Amino acid sequence: MTDIVVTLKNITKTFGTNVANENVTMNLKKGSIHGLLGENGAGKTTLMNILYGLYKPTTGEILLNDQRVDIDNPSKALNLGIGMVHQHFMLVRDFTVVENIVLGQETKKLRFLDLESAAKKIEDLCKKYKMKIDPYAKISQLSVGEQQRVEILSAIYSGANILILDEPTAVLTPQEVKELFQILRLMRDSGKSVIFITHKLEEILEIGDEISVLRDGKLVDTVKTKKTTKQQLTNMMVGRDVLFQFSKAEVKSDKITLKVEGLYCNNDKGLPALQGINLEIKNNEILGIAGVDGNGQKELCEILTGLRSTTDGRIWVCEQEMSDKTPKQFIQDGVAHIPEDRHKTGLVMNFSVMKNCILKEFDTGKFSKAGFLNFKAIRKAAEKIVKDYNVKTSSIEAKVRELSGGNQQKIILGREINCVPKVLIANQPTRGLDIGATEYVRQRLIKQKEQGVAVLLISADLEELIQISDRIAVIYEGKIMGILEREEIDIETIGLLMAGVKGGLVSEEDIAG
Amino acid sequence: MSVPILLPAIGEIFTQRSGILNLGLEGVILMGALGGFVGTYYSGSLWVGVMLAVAFGMLFSVIMAVLSVTIRANQVIAGLALTILGAGLSTFLFRIIFGIKKLPPSIEPFQAIKIPVLSEIPILGPVLFQHNILVYLTFVLVIVSAIVLEKTTFGLKVRAVGEHPQAADSKGINVYLIRYICVIIGGAFAGLGGAFLSIGYMNTFLDQMSAGRGFIAVAVVIFARWNPYRALGGAFVFGLASALQLRLQAVGVPIPHQFLLALPYILTILVLISVSKKAEFPKAFTLPYNRGER
Repeated sequence: MTDIVVTLKNITKTFGTNVANENVTMNLKKGSIHGLLGENGAGKTTLMNILYGLYKPTTGEILLNDQRVDIDNPSKALNLGIGMVHQHFMLVRDFTVVENIVLGQETKKLRFLDLESAAKKIEDLCKKYKMKIDPYAKISQLSVGEQQRVEILSAIYSGANILILDEPTAVLTPQEVKELFQILRLMRDSGKSVIFITHKLEEILEIGDEISVLRDGKLVDTVKTKKTTKQQLTNMMVGRDVLFQFSKAEVKSDKITLKVEGLYCNNDKGLPALQGINLEIKNNEILGIAGVDGNGQKELCEILTGLRSTTDGRIWVCEQEMSDKTPKQFIQDGVAHIPEDRHKTGLVMNFSVMKNCILKEFDTGKFSKAGFLNFKAIRKAAEKIVKDYNVKTSSIEAKVRELSGGNQQKIILGREINCVPKVLIANQPTRGLDIGATEYVRQRLIKQKEQGVAVLLISADLEELIQISDRIAVIYEGKIMGILEREEIDIETIGLLMAGVKGGLVSEEDIAG
Repeated sequence: MSVPILLPAIGEIFTQRSGILNLGLEGVILMGALGGFVGTYYSGSLWVGVMLAVAFGMLFSVIMAVLSVTIRANQVIAGLALTILGAGLSTFLFRIIFGIKKLPPSIEPFQAIKIPVLSEIPILGPVLFQHNILVYLTFVLVIVSAIVLEKTTFGLKVRAVGEHPQAADSKGINVYLIRYICVIIGGAFAGLGGAFLSIGYMNTFLDQMSAGRGFIAVAVVIFARWNPYRALGGAFVFGLASALQLRLQAVGVPIPHQFLLALPYILTILVLISVSKKAEFPKAFTLPYNRGER
């Protein structure tokens, strides 16, 4: 008898000509937490989707307790005791916790729902794993951390002995991460196995027993956590040394470039999203905004670029009042925007690289005359962006859709910076990018700051914020909980503020709001 | 007058709850009406007619299921195509079977059943308890449907598939199968609604005899916010409008009869405008599901 529960043997998965996994072999031990580390696009999620039955491997086999198994759909995986918590939660928002958990437990037969006994069982499980969840609460009323616990509960409820977690900490505050780790340790101690997919090194070093590193779809190596270091893991992950060190040299700021006062607005559902935001950003400064997703960051961005109207409050750019102006006026007055979702709002995916490069300025004298596009000028400008920003594309005629995420982001960066902005609003500029591209984007932001631009950086990645921001404001339920000056920045304080706990650090202007 | 709207609407609630819009109800109703008449005419049994109507409805709606679930076609276009096909095909088949005659063939339709005692209650009695058996059956089906949707495992699966198919899939639910079943249930109900027209309300099949009821049924579903009981109320209002315009015409009110004829349809538009803002559609409404795209 070995203590290995699952073996993935020589797994290869191809999508068309694209190889997502190549000859990957991996062993999962009973009662252990196994880290699966790799950059975006390294094939971590694909590999786990194979284990969970969402994809079929092109070649290779899966052994469960030394028995060969064919997992061709998720219900089979569930029956075999394999559960998965996806990066985007698979919960029906309008359902209650118990309804979500019961879903899919049932047989093919038509039966009356027995929610009460299910709820009782859930409460017992909650006790065992030290969670607090009301089985009758609707998912839409729960915080992201709680939703994640519902997903974990759901897997345990259906009898999972092997739990796959896909980037579970991406959406959590540091405190919630601690709680999650506690739950995972309890699971490990009760003999369950956990696969923890991540690209964050610190986390996996803290929680993992073993770590497998994937790069370009291939397994680099599996190592024991105790016998490895951060440097070694980075090297395995990227294939070279990466030094995340940026000059944080203080550049003199002398005037306020962007100022907002008493900003209120509603979200798409008509509920209050921002509740009295006061901010100032000077030239030569990066102001970071930390906060759990959905606390008003999106709305703030949209207001600062003219895309959303306020219910109250005022905005100035370089002492010029901007309230109630149109997006076009914002652009003309020097506000550039790197939007959160580059596919939906940043680019026209079916347009060529060339056309995307001039989306903001196509109607200015630079690129058109009397309504006719000046293709010669456009070509020149696009070629310059491709060259300056090192965009990897077959030609400027290629559709943006065909480019990788990092190269798409570079086009947006190039386009926005080419407009010579005074203010740069960057919302999650490195989301979904690999380490190399992330490094590049961050350097560009710093360069902009050094050239006098006021940068507003919204990011879910606290490390990123701490690395490159001069000051960090924390947003929670549409309010600024506090603004940390350079010397006050520390991850614990930010975490508390993100969770809505008012620490001792409250800047004066916020008291007024 | 409400039943031929209510039955398709109840079926459509299943269909839409699973995330599919079947705009082809009109065509399905016509096929059901034809089936009901043909079955009754040749067998002499009204119940054989009812069964054939349901079978026609189910078979015809399979086309919609294939188009919307398997081929992932645009559901609005597929639905409109089904409507046109149903109208043409039912007329065509009717002419092939019965030829073109001056007097259309007819059958003896379902007779009203007076429920003893209850039907003698003044006002309410004639309104509620003097109908043919299909009407009573409809009321039973409303209740059964509400229970199935809200209280059973199948209902939970249907709602999950309509709200978040990826989640349902990851929990081991066969999204495609559930959607097929729901579209076909919708077809069965619409077929039954058609039977009510040809062998309950009238005694023959007429071209285009559904007269837009399929579309009104879709409106009722949205008005009812996918709840069978509210659909009952909604269908009643539209039935009332139809009855009212007939009555007003008979009385000879000085309003152009074209306007009166349009009354139920105008009402549909008004109701839709007023309630559609409140209606929370299933999140995956009209969105085809494809496991590869995630």
